[in-house]
Amino acid sequence: MFRITTEVITGAEVREAVEGPDAGAVVLFFGTVRNNTGGRAVKHLEYESYPPMAEKKMAEIAQEISEKWGIGRVAMIHRVGKLEIGEVSVAVAVASPHRKDGFEACKYAMDRLKQIVPIWKREVWADGESEWVKPDAVFFDAPKRKTLND
Amino acid sequence: MNVTVKYFAVCHEMLDRSEEEMELPEGSTVRTILKRLEEEWPEIAEFYEVMQMSVNWEYATENTELTEGDEVALIPPVTGGCDV
Repeated sequence: MFRITTEVITGAEVREAVEGPDAGAVVLFFGTVRNNTGGRAVKHLEYESYPPMAEKKMAEIAQEISEKWGIGRVAMIHRVGKLEIGEVSVAVAVASPHRKDGFEACKYAMDRLKQIVPIWKREVWADGESEWVKPDAVFFDAPKRKTLND
Repeated sequence: MNVTVKYFAVCHEMLDRSEEEMELPEGSTVRTILKRLEEEWPEIAEFYEVMQMSVNWEYATENTELTEGDEVALIPPVTGGCDV
């Protein structure tokens, strides 16, 4: 299950998508909306996505996990729209025979999500200003663009 | 040929639209679209260095050739998840 949603994420949806009799562990990760960034108070966040490409890239991450750890059951869901402090923006579930692989694969899934899945975050500050978040590490994986004059 | 071009996040705001149809000459590449946008809005070129493009939901380069009906998107640096 790889999904962009506007609905509240409970975690049950990703857990149910990966559970099975051969799993000895289900690792669940939630990303939540923090009340500050670098000490500056955040009022709420707004997420935007390119859903068909985002869901395709999530499926590719699951394929990478399958190749690295032999884990076939990974689910990812990311919410878009306006999210309040404390709400879940993203959930990842990985079911694996043993917990070590599950923890590693779950971390890998989140790291990759932040690299290649087209989702953008706008921070709305408590003082009323807002801005699109700029990542500090840009696309070390996706093909690099050259300037137009190259 | 006709292609659909989509704009997200900061690009959507800069261009004040989320998508459009573009009629392009045969043999056009992603670069053809970037050049055309730059004519309309020269400032957008400053973002090209950090921006990605996609064609039909796959990351592309400016040399990627386009065909009729392609869906192209400008992809600003992605910032999904829960942390910066």
